[in-house]
Amino acid sequence: MLLNASGCLDALTAPETARALDAFVTKTVTPLPREGNAPVRIAEAESGMLNSIGLANPGRERFLADVLPRLRELGVPIWVSVGGFSAGDYAETCEQLEGIAAIELNLSCPNVDEAPESASEIVATCRDRTALPLFAKLSPAAWDIAENARAVAAAGADGLSLVNTIRGLALDERTLSPKLGAAVGGLSGPALKPIALAAVYACSRAVDLPIVGMGGVRSGRDALELLACGASAVALGTVLFADPEAPSRVRAELAAELAARGLERLEDAVGLAHAERLLVRKPLDFAVKALV
Amino acid sequence: MRRERVRVVAAEPVGPYTLLRVARGGLETGVPGQFFMLEAPGRLLPRPMSLCLGPPGELAFLIDPIGPGTRALCALARGDELAVVGPLGNGFRLDVGRPLLVGGGIGVAPFPFLSEALGRPPALLGFRTAYHAEAAALVPNAEVVLEPEYVTARLRGGYDVLACGPEPMLEAVRALAPGAQLAWEAPMACGYGACYGCAVEIDGEWKRLCVEGPVLRAA
Repeated sequence: MLLNASGCLDALTAPETARALDAFVTKTVTPLPREGNAPVRIAEAESGMLNSIGLANPGRERFLADVLPRLRELGVPIWVSVGGFSAGDYAETCEQLEGIAAIELNLSCPNVDEAPESASEIVATCRDRTALPLFAKLSPAAWDIAENARAVAAAGADGLSLVNTIRGLALDERTLSPKLGAAVGGLSGPALKPIALAAVYACSRAVDLPIVGMGGVRSGRDALELLACGASAVALGTVLFADPEAPSRVRAELAAELAARGLERLEDAVGLAHAERLLVRKPLDFAVKALV
Repeated sequence: MRRERVRVVAAEPVGPYTLLRVARGGLETGVPGQFFMLEAPGRLLPRPMSLCLGPPGELAFLIDPIGPGTRALCALARGDELAVVGPLGNGFRLDVGRPLLVGGGIGVAPFPFLSEALGRPPALLGFRTAYHAEAAALVPNAEVVLEPEYVTARLRGGYDVLACGPEPMLEAVRALAPGAQLAWEAPMACGYGACYGCAVEIDGEWKRLCVEGPVLRAA
């Protein structure tokens, strides 16, 4: 099961790429429109890239009126990534969403200020206001991410999205000043993969929620490793920037990886990295059905 | 938009720049001013390059080796393979009565292709040094200006200006020639609207240069 990482694809400018996924995850929607951070907002770093986009988006009202109806016409299940600066922000957006497959709560954007409430308080507030599947997107920059996973599970999350980017900085080779206008940004790409594997590994032992694993996936082999660590699905991020055809390629490579190991289904690879059997988790089908 | 792996036909020095010629494969040339994302060997992200020339069976890009990505592209040799995505973005509108191409430095890159499409109009090209100005040989009917003189000092009225170059030059051109078509530049990760890295504020509005540009009207 293949998705995109939020903020790494615009299904309206690249519908063919979006249709090659099992579900399309939107860029994070906040209550009010946001222009995002001042340029420069993208920089390459060793084995990864930094972004400081800063949640640029048209805001909830325009998203619901203009963007979402056009996304629904694509024929691919839609996950809406929801952001905000308080638990109320998140919950109000959740309440207004309907006819989508799932909501991903962006609880971990490294480029904007955090809400004062904890991740589990935000999940609990949203849980009261929507019946849609809620996925909590957590930051890998926590000392004990499994503890955060237990907390959001107890608060009513239906799944986890692991991981968001982690803060990084790159300097201009001549001037030694930060490449990004905001100086610090979110690190993604291959450098994030071991961090993502560790987060998925830890959280899959801590909770029985389905996990969408992401971070530095470039190949079917990378996807297989996230599944082995306990992910039930895999999302593509930075690789999409270099290769809009990555979804079909990674899917084919993953199928070949599974076949080479005599595994019949993707589910058979889930948790193979663990010495003991993992808790049985709910299949993810509930979150990719087209609810049009 | 199409992605294809193609082979390098030649990498030719043009002053400090490199003209990278690759096999066209099934890719279209697009409209002058449109661009392609070129896989830079050993780098994570591809680099945006406007098409310089589109001879039969080839695509050619003029590249300034200013960073690790562009240096890797300039180091490619005949027979090397790279992935190319494109054509992308919006190019120049060609329905102009009296075109004048105004360029600065590596900004002249799209002009050879544009000049052919417009019937070889006059061009006003500014460069830092005579060595950089060797790129002017790729543009027919070019008048060359070297620093400390600027192209804007020689800009005459009555033309439909199509410009590409450093931001200060574009700002100066649009002050003198309202209505000019300007090709802008910004770092971008994807080139097809996915990353939001190339958003720039122009006249109070934020635009993704890759999908709404790179060519924008001045006014």
